[in-house]
Amino acid sequence: MINSNSANIPYYQYLDHQGHLRLPLEDLSTNTDNLIDFYRVMLLTRTFDLKAINLQRTGKLGTYASSLGQEAIGAALGAAMSEDDVLAPTYRDYAAQLSRGIKVSELLLYWGGDERGMDYQYVRQDLPICVPIASQTCHAVGVAYAMKIRKQKRVAVCIIGDGATSKGDFYEAMNAAGVWQLPLVFIIANNQWAISLPREKQTNTRTLAQKAASAGIPSEQFDGNDVIACYERISIALKQARKGEGACLLEALTYRLSDHTTADDAGRYRPPEALKEQWQYDPIVRLKTYFLEHGLLNEQELNAIDVSCGDIVSQQVDEYLNTAAQTPESMFDYLYENLPESLQTQREEVKQKGLENG
Amino acid sequence: MTLLKTTEMNMVEVNLVEAVNRALSWELEHDHEVLLLGEDIGVNGGVFRATDGLQSRYGSERVIDTPLAETLIAGMSIGLAVQGLKPVAEIQFMGFIYSALENILNHASRMRNRTRGRLTCPMVLRAPYGGGIHAPEHHSESTEAIFAHIPGLRVVIPSSPGRAYGLLLAAIRDPDPVVFLEPKRIYRLQKERLNDKGEALPLDVCFTLRDGEDITLVSWGAMLVETLQAAEELAHLGVAAEVIDVASIKPLDMKTILTSVEKTGRCIIIHEAARTGGVGAEISAQLAEYALTSLLAPVQRVTGYDTVMPLYRLENYYMPTVKQIVTAATKALEYA
Ligand SMILES: Cc1ncc(C[n+]2csc(CCOP(=O)(O)OP(=O)(O)O)c2C)c(N)n1
Ligand SMILES: [Mg+2]
Repeated sequence: MINSNSANIPYYQYLDHQGHLRLPLEDLSTNTDNLIDFYRVMLLTRTFDLKAINLQRTGKLGTYASSLGQEAIGAALGAAMSEDDVLAPTYRDYAAQLSRGIKVSELLLYWGGDERGMDYQYVRQDLPICVPIASQTCHAVGVAYAMKIRKQKRVAVCIIGDGATSKGDFYEAMNAAGVWQLPLVFIIANNQWAISLPREKQTNTRTLAQKAASAGIPSEQFDGNDVIACYERISIALKQARKGEGACLLEALTYRLSDHTTADDAGRYRPPEALKEQWQYDPIVRLKTYFLEHGLLNEQELNAIDVSCGDIVSQQVDEYLNTAAQTPESMFDYLYENLPESLQTQREEVKQKGLENG
Repeated sequence: MTLLKTTEMNMVEVNLVEAVNRALSWELEHDHEVLLLGEDIGVNGGVFRATDGLQSRYGSERVIDTPLAETLIAGMSIGLAVQGLKPVAEIQFMGFIYSALENILNHASRMRNRTRGRLTCPMVLRAPYGGGIHAPEHHSESTEAIFAHIPGLRVVIPSSPGRAYGLLLAAIRDPDPVVFLEPKRIYRLQKERLNDKGEALPLDVCFTLRDGEDITLVSWGAMLVETLQAAEELAHLGVAAEVIDVASIKPLDMKTILTSVEKTGRCIIIHEAARTGGVGAEISAQLAEYALTSLLAPVQRVTGYDTVMPLYRLENYYMPTVKQIVTAATKALEYA
């Protein structure tokens, strides 16, 4: 149970880093097919991620923020959410986005400098990636408020990083979610770094989860590299929110195995031993070990998943690379529902520029 | 049908803040997606009483007393709007809007563009603004130019009860985000008869309040009081001044202003906000760009100074006066 009164923040782990079960499986994770789905999404995310970095290095993608090592949280979240719930993500939540049906080609379009990458074909009410840190926390409050007054059985989910928990937006949002008992789940993907600032320099609190006490909402921590813990704990939180029991804050402990973005060099601030140690906790290896040790999947079957992820990504990369750029004048076409007359000349000007340079 | 008949002729005599209240009430009544949020707007009816009585009429779910958190108010409005509701948020004073600026600039005004129209923000942020009421520190500034610089946003400023009513209705019905700035100095200045039947005025256009051939006076908000008085004084001097209420300072209806200046050849822009980088500078620049050959005299600005808004003992020195406007106009008329 999520318990707000306890000064000690509860911590959950099901599958330890050697792939051994620490707690009996509950709910849907007893179903092997679900576990395989988690695995598939994690692997798809990682395959996409490696490919994206590659594309960036070869000049075919802009600056990109990797989600390496953090795939479990999103894979679990995507599976736990209902399709008509709303996700308010940050820029490292590809696993959740892919799991919810957002396409690899859309993510690539976005980082490839094309707004159409935020015009998701599915989950059309999900918010686009939020770059300004923590702003989406307050947006999620509005989404959840709308769901509540319309008496819908839907939940808003907001993901943020550890750095975001130092922002005022985060406190304002949690506070409102608490006072209005909103169907809103906040998840902190605590990857121990905010660019170069380590977790211990971000705040003096012992956990990030305990910040929920300031808003009177319950909170807990779990192992964010244990996809089963992520799934179980997020499912419980969503269920409570859906039943009208209000908001909560979940802190998923993970680690950023990559640089902050492709424009960053973590070698300047992160000791190499720390990174080496963290690779032992890789969420994908962990689930794979569990599958193999329990005879749920063999090497061949695991390999087949690997191959299918590779196929999806290369097909989607092709789609991305073959998408023609938007017209220059399109920069005016979604400013307002109807372009004010006063901007028509400027639109014409850039259109002309396009024709001359094109 | 009977309902329609009575509402068609609902003549009321109201001041500007009452007109705001009427418009909000009309929209709450007729559009169930509309909701209000802000600090002290419910039981208390807002510190200026703009939302007086609305919570008891429409319930606390739709007229929301929020915690004291402006980032939340703006951010939450975005969340409500992308879910298809039409939030009308009150920022208690413009002086406290700045922590909402990030949400206005980075999110509300960009959401349609970022998502290529998938998600939109039909929301209004209302805020009382401007000086002249001997208010405490941070309660008197006019910083509309900050908002006028933001693409994807509308910035609307009424200058009379009728325009407050009609423009606020239009702002709420507009499918894009609007910052609606209410000149609080004239909240209760004058009453006006208006038909409270839900008829909106157009956005993105100026209103010509007075016709004249000799000079164009361009202003908005509370400064229209001084501007109209100046036009009256000029009339006594035999000068026919055309007075334009810009009303929508973003996007700017330069067509109306240009047409007028092409006729008069002279233009004074009057605003309470600081001079440098004010909206007057934009109007003046466009006049130089598009009406140079019509101009018979340099365009002048009569504005607040590039200072911190003084506390109220010096406030009147900061505010543009009728005399300044008349002097500027006289000077413009001295050019052959
Ligand atoms: C409001 C704001 N300030 C600064 C930045 C620049 N910036 C981008 S990411 C980042 C660190 C964020 O850390 P965290 O919240 O832990 O998320 P992570 O990147 O680790 O996923 C910073 C400072 C920003 N995007 N937004
Ligand atoms: Mg971080």
